[in-house]
Order: sequence, then structure tokens, then C-alpha cells
Amino acid sequence: MTTASAGPIAGLQTAELNFAGAVHSALDAALAADPKVILLGEDIADPAGGVFKTTKGFSTKYGAHRVRSTPIAEQSILGAAVGAALGGYRPVAEIMFFDFITVCLDQLVNHAAKFRYMSGGRTPVPLVVRTAVGSKRFGAQHAQQLEAWLMHTPGLCVVMPSTPFDAKGLLSSAIFGEDPVVFIEHINLLYGAKEPVPVDDYRIPLGTAAVRLPGDDVTIVTYGAQVPVAVRAAEQLADEGIEAEVIDLRSLVPLDMDTVLTSVGKTKRAVVTHGATMFCGPGAEIASQITERLFGMLAAPVARLGARYAPIPFSADLEVYPTVDDIVGAVRGLCG
Amino acid sequence: MAFDGTPSDRLPAAAELERMYEVIQTVMLCDERAKAEVRAGRMQAAFYPVRGLEGVCAALGAELGHSDHLVSTYRNLGDAVAKGVSLRSIIAELYGRMDGLAKGKGGPMHLHDPEAGLMATTGIVGSGLPIAVGLGLAAQLDGADRVVAVTFGDGATSIGAYHEAMNLASLWRLPVLFVCQNNMWAEHTPIAEYAPNPELAGRAGGYAMAARLVDGFDTIGTWRAISDAVADIRAGRGPVFLECRTYRLTGHSSTADYTYVPEEELEAAARRDPAVCFGPWLAAEGLVSLSRLAEIDDVAAAAVDDAFTFAQASPPPTDAEVYRDVFSDEQLVPCR
Repeated sequence: MTTASAGPIAGLQTAELNFAGAVHSALDAALAADPKVILLGEDIADPAGGVFKTTKGFSTKYGAHRVRSTPIAEQSILGAAVGAALGGYRPVAEIMFFDFITVCLDQLVNHAAKFRYMSGGRTPVPLVVRTAVGSKRFGAQHAQQLEAWLMHTPGLCVVMPSTPFDAKGLLSSAIFGEDPVVFIEHINLLYGAKEPVPVDDYRIPLGTAAVRLPGDDVTIVTYGAQVPVAVRAAEQLADEGIEAEVIDLRSLVPLDMDTVLTSVGKTKRAVVTHGATMFCGPGAEIASQITERLFGMLAAPVARLGARYAPIPFSADLEVYPTVDDIVGAVRGLCG
Repeated sequence: MAFDGTPSDRLPAAAELERMYEVIQTVMLCDERAKAEVRAGRMQAAFYPVRGLEGVCAALGAELGHSDHLVSTYRNLGDAVAKGVSLRSIIAELYGRMDGLAKGKGGPMHLHDPEAGLMATTGIVGSGLPIAVGLGLAAQLDGADRVVAVTFGDGATSIGAYHEAMNLASLWRLPVLFVCQNNMWAEHTPIAEYAPNPELAGRAGGYAMAARLVDGFDTIGTWRAISDAVADIRAGRGPVFLECRTYRLTGHSSTADYTYVPEEELEAAARRDPAVCFGPWLAAEGLVSLSRLAEIDDVAAAAVDDAFTFAQASPPPTDAEVYRDVFSDEQLVPCR
């Protein structure tokens, strides 16, 4: 239940799509627009069409040479993507679950992220790694948000949208951009609410945050599946007379700190919340930058929320992600 | 199928033989000079010597065309020279200077020159193989008759990336030539101590891939095997694995201890050193005259002198290079 995404919709023909549908639409448009776009990943070709069905129909429509199911071998999926990018293609590799990125980090971190730099700009590697995260029902090896690791690797862009509209616009930018991008799809969002999404190609540049709700009393900085949680918290706070501004970062690298600092400069208070583990999470960097830049203006220390420090537990009765109540409580602590 | 074991007496064209000899001599001289520079403290670099591999490198370079792609390792000097990369640019990169291939930001382990078809080199053992698979996929999708060669040491056949890449290349019948530059040592561990089956070429059958073992000190025999393999690959018969058995004639690195190498093995190998033997063989066979060999020696020595003089005079990179080439656009850097 988010507010309408920032961005121009007027004049474009739209369809009602959920997040998964928007990802499908972005890939469809990219495959149609550019024969150099290819897809690699486990089970992505028909009839499976991907375990999340985000590539359904593509191998039939565009050919199994461009939409390639691979062995269960993430190093070679990522390595092939790096090589194909060096060879002039725009590969989109699917790593089924974020946790599986651990078995191909070498290709991602040592090669995709560094080839442009280590060659002095001679060998850029434009590629996208799509990966899903967030469901507890698979247990701790299919659930951990590892974006802080990737933010810590110079050369990688890290994107985690929260709405269908953003998902398509950001994925399109990632595919046709010139840098390696890790594009994170939260499972709780994939089959969530539908919203109007332009049918044709459109782009949202990486590194532009969106203000989901305006407010003057406190800034809640977040991204991904915590955005709807933060919006619900803000709605609850509004009933108490606290107007929270909710900022959806949309991409973590590049990072739109200008929007964050402008907002906190106005509200003087900030809470950062995310689904990644709080300890050494993205919020640590964001809170630190806010504090360094706005220390004298802050009415309270920046508050941080994130997943509790534990592998993601299986039982639905064990909650580790920040809840609406956690965010509301943190805001009250700042505004008290 | 050329890989039927039929003895061949084919020879490269005369100009190609001379070029191979020149490459061998150039690489040997560069290698010795770089090692001396490192030991003298004038080159602040981890440089991995190639002595012993020169014949294999020259044979591969002779068979690959300009538009063919090559992926190499950290022990890449011979491959880079053989593929036609500018000697000045290579040596300047070894010194970390602005006129180096990567403006000094890559170093000896990271030589990239897409214009010459040297698409990547990597300091991570075995990681070049999946990247070559991706380049092979690009060549196949292009419908080009381009061949992708990837070189790696025997030590790389122990790592998972090797297995994944061999499997995927064979599955997709990609135009990839796997060239194992077997120098019998994985860093400081001899092959018998890390491989239960040291017949590396024999493993290719497990991936349904054609393979051959060649004597890497027999430069012409190696060239014939490479030539056969490349012809097969260009004809669309899928990837080939070549084990070129040599011996490492120096330490693992420029400064590494080498006293543990059995003296009789080293002496036996040194007697077959292509940098010593190839010229006399060419003369004895009446293929290149002694006087012509002497001319080539002079050309190689002059080119090496020129490259080192050029590199030493090249300016260091300025601080502006630190953030350049991290991304396509310096503005994407999230923190400075």
C-alpha cells in the first residue's frame, strides 16, 4: 500500500501490473528493443519460465539462444555474463535467491565490479544480476539481504525497488546502462498490489530517491520491502499528529543523499530502516553521513532499524525484520 | 576430426615462424628484465614470470587472428605479447604509469586490451574460464567464426570455476579453446601432491570435450595441435581442451624461493627451454638462417629496450584517476 511512484505517467499507455509483472514487462521490452540483450539463469526458459515466472514465455518468443536456462552453476552463469558483456552483449543473469550470490561472488566482485577500473576504462562490463530475497519459508539460506556487502564493493550498482512502476523503470535503466547492476527483487513485493505501469519502455535513472509521503516532523529513510512498512508507520504516526516524510532510496549505489539531507535538514530527525541486518547494514552508512553533514541541526541522534542480528529464522513466530510498531516506536523516541 | 592422432609435418608459413621466434625472444628478454627490475626495487610489482611458457604462448599467438579473443591469467606476459599488445603499453603498466594499458590502475596481473583481442586477464586462479565461456557465447550468438582461447595453469584445474566452465562450454558447444599451460606446479605444490589424476587432458572426456596432451616445449608440435584445434572449433565442432606440458623455469613469482624444485627436473627442463632451443632448431631444419635469427634477436632486444625506456619515462597517474573508471560516470561514486 504505497503512494503513487514519482515519475511521469501522463501520456503513456499503462497496464495494471504487480512487481513481478513489471519486471516481466521490462525484460520483454528490453529483449524486443535490442538483440544484444540476453538472459541467463537456472530454469528461466520455458516451460518453467523462471521459478518466479518473471521470464515466462521469453524463450518461446525470443528464442532459446537468447533466453538460456543454465546448469545449476552460478559461477559460470556470472562468468558467462561477464564474458558476454565483454563480447558486446547486455546480459541479464538471474541468481535465483540472493543467498546464492555467495557462490559467484568472485565473478561479481573480482571481475564484473573491477574490470572497467583495472583496464583503465577499456573493458566495461554492462550487465544486470537479478536476484530475489525475502521469504522466510525457505529458511536461513534463502532469505538474507546481503546488499551491504555489495555496496561495499566499488564498481557495483545496487538497486532495490519497492513498486511495480519503479521496478520496470529502474530495471530498464540497469539493462541499458553501462555498469554492472545488482537488481534485488523482494519476494513479498513480487506478487503484491498492482499499479499502472507504462506498457512501453521508460527509464528511471539510478540514484534518484523518491519521496513516498511528505512530512515535516521526521524523515524515515528506507528502500525495498520496508517502504510499505514505513508508509504504514507514517500513516499511524499521522493519527498521533506526527508528520513523517518517507524516502524510498530505490538504489543504494548510486546513493541519493541529497534528497535525504534536504529532508532531514527540514525535519531535523531521521530513522533509517531496512531488511538487511542492522549491524554494519546500509543504515550505518546513511546515518553516519546524515550525522556528519547535519550534526548541528539534528534534534536527536539518527535512529537505525534493521533485521535483528541472526540468520533469518524459519518459524513465522520469530520476527526479525523491523515492523510498523518498531518504526513508530523509533519515531516516538526521536520526537518525544 | 583432426584429433585422430595422425602425425603431421605441417609448418607455419616462414613469416609466421620468424614471428614466433621473435615473440619467444621478446617475452624471454622482457621477463628477465622485469624480474631484475622488481629485485632491484625499481618496479614495485608482483610480477609472475613466464619462463618456460614462451613456446606455448608464441604458438597460440601465431594461430589466433587479430579478431579472435584471448583470456589469460596473472602469468600473462607471453600471452599479451603473442596476441599483439603494444610492448610499451604492457611495460608501462608493469611500472604503474599513465601510459600503461590501464593508466597504471591494473598492474601486471591485469592487462586488458580489447583492440588486440586480449579481453581479460585475471589474478584469480581459474576465473578466466567462465569468462571465456561468455565470450564464446557472444561469438556464437554473433554467428562469427571467432575463436576464444583461454589460458590457465595446471593449478587452475582444481578449482570449481574450471569445472563449471568446461561443462557449460561443452553443453553449448561454444567456440572456446582451453589451453592449459601446465608448468607442473600450483604455486609451490607439485602436481603429484594436489591431483590424484595428473593426466589433465584425460579429464576433458568427462565433459564430452575433445582434448589432447602436447609437449609444450615442442613449439612446432604445440602449434600443430593448436592449429588443428582452432580449425575444429571454427568448423563448429565445439570446444577443445589442450594440455601443453612444460615446466616452470623460475620461481612462482619474481622473488619467490625456488630451491625446493628438484635439481634434476629443472636441469632437464632447462635443456629443452624453447627460448634456447627453438632458434637452433629453426636453423638446423633450414627454416630460418642463423643470420636472420641474429637480426631478429637484435630487433627483439631493441624493442624491449625501447619499451622499458618508454615506460620509465612515462608519468605516474594523477590523483584524478582514483575515482575515474570506477563507474561509467564519476558522479555515480557514492562517497569521496
